[in-house]
Amino acid sequence: MVVFEKPHALCDVPLHYCPGCTHGIVHRLVAQAIDELGIEGDAIGVAPVGCAVMAYDYFSCDMVEAAHGRAPAVATGIKRALPDNIVFTYQGDGDLASIGMAETVHAATRNENITIIFINNAIYGMTGGQMAPTSLPGQVTQTSPYGRDVATAGFPIKVSELLAALDGPAYIQRVAVNNVKNVKQAQKAIKKAFENQIQGKGFSLIEVVSSCPTNWGMTPQQALDWVEEKMIPYYPLGVYKDKTSEEGEK
Amino acid sequence: MSEKVLMKGNEAIAEAAIRAGCRHYFGYPITPQTELAAYMAKRMPKIGGCFLQAESEIAAINMVYGVASTGLRVMTSSSSPGVSLKQEGISYIAGADLPALIVNVQRGGPGLGGIQPSQSDYFQATKGGGHGDYHLIVLAPSSVQEMADLTAKCFELADKYRMPTMLLADGTMGQMMEPVLLPEESGVTVEKPWALTGTKMQREHNIVNSLYLKPEELEKTNFDRYEKYSIIEKNEVMYEEYMMEDAEVCVVAFGIAARVSKNAVVEARKQGIKAGLLRPITLWPFPSEAVKKAAEHCKAFVSVELSMGQMIEDIKLASECKCPVELCNRAGGMIPSPEQVLASIKNVAGGNE
Repeated sequence: MVVFEKPHALCDVPLHYCPGCTHGIVHRLVAQAIDELGIEGDAIGVAPVGCAVMAYDYFSCDMVEAAHGRAPAVATGIKRALPDNIVFTYQGDGDLASIGMAETVHAATRNENITIIFINNAIYGMTGGQMAPTSLPGQVTQTSPYGRDVATAGFPIKVSELLAALDGPAYIQRVAVNNVKNVKQAQKAIKKAFENQIQGKGFSLIEVVSSCPTNWGMTPQQALDWVEEKMIPYYPLGVYKDKTSEEGEK
Repeated sequence: MSEKVLMKGNEAIAEAAIRAGCRHYFGYPITPQTELAAYMAKRMPKIGGCFLQAESEIAAINMVYGVASTGLRVMTSSSSPGVSLKQEGISYIAGADLPALIVNVQRGGPGLGGIQPSQSDYFQATKGGGHGDYHLIVLAPSSVQEMADLTAKCFELADKYRMPTMLLADGTMGQMMEPVLLPEESGVTVEKPWALTGTKMQREHNIVNSLYLKPEELEKTNFDRYEKYSIIEKNEVMYEEYMMEDAEVCVVAFGIAARVSKNAVVEARKQGIKAGLLRPITLWPFPSEAVKKAAEHCKAFVSVELSMGQMIEDIKLASECKCPVELCNRAGGMIPSPEQVLASIKNVAGGNE
């Protein structure tokens, strides 16, 4: 008896992610949502620049690779061209909250009917562990070797709180994937973000607090503990905006 | 039968694009292409199309990338500083082999420059513009009629060769009003099996991408693309010759500079100087063969440009330095007068009268 299967929307190829990295979990959750909603044939995914750059090889729906930070603009173009298709982006914190902040904010304020999966692991992974817009105060990275000094490097950007302040977006939720309970919660949130799009509710963004053991210099378990002890207190989990039950939305 | 109407160049581009089946336009406000975006904002909602004022030029070109990846006809327009911002996206569009139209209604530079007409983005337009090895097909209109006709041609070539094309106009061409016979309705005629449409669970997934981590693979995409470019150089060169049969002085000019130059050529002929005009319509591919041929029977070239001299390099290359090439130019938003061009013609013709 099969009790656990690879989702159909996930290609049968080895992923390149480091041991203990939570990208694999989030990929699975996205693919599972696509399977459960039966939307693989209509889905078009937009891959970022960052660790998930090769997501186009991992999801079995049509995929496009965007320039760094531009995924929400690319997704806007695709959705405007093909409004009946299901368009999602999968982006990291450097991509979405630093170089692509304008594209993120404006896609949200236009309430583009797209789904964004946002991985917040507080570091630039692909380039080898530089300070991210979401790196915590005091966090040691390659480019903040003495710890992030908020006096010179500023404070971390709380994306969910920031976007929730806009009138535009339909749904903003922050989840984590550091334990089974949180993964279950993340699974529900990601599915809802796709359902919102199917129902024409508009812009949905799920921020997923994730771990990066390699660039944090930790074991996978230590990294998950760090998510619990350091990340989640700074980035509280929860629904930050929900217009999906309101009447008269687009 | 199409009707002849009086239109601004910028509006003619917009209407021609709509008639070519373009239903998606993304742009960001900038002078002097303003009327184009305004026309699209008015028309697109009435015909089920999409006009979107993007948050930046960068976002606009990436929205273009998104629509282009679905295979639909799409465009953006801007002017020089804005087109600089689009270069990253244009490089990605070229690298992913997507068809799209970028319009540059040029103004003076560098930097914020000015808002008066210029041709100083010639290098940027014809040599690549962004990072990496690539070309755009670049068409240069010199009348409102051509603003319309070449817009349609740009869409056709973009689809045919699966690559971005650029309409390189300038502030005068954009603002000038002339009667124009609008092109017939057209649309995509080529198959686009690569386009993102959703798999419908009927085929393997399509991937639109410009990333190749294996250098052998990336090299192959470059060589393949340049093979395509060599076919374009062979088949798609367009230019106009005026009084070139017996010309001894060949004036080379495009866009607004060509109109000024034509007047100077007429005046030179009146004064007994055998001058002719070679007007490139495709700036890339450059009409190198035509220039080379002219070099066989002319004693000098005059390159008339609204820049510090950019096209002149292509003239020198194409003519293989068989005869001298003089630059006749104004810059920063100034336009050469027919008298200035005539003086240059006389200068290079002089002594052998």
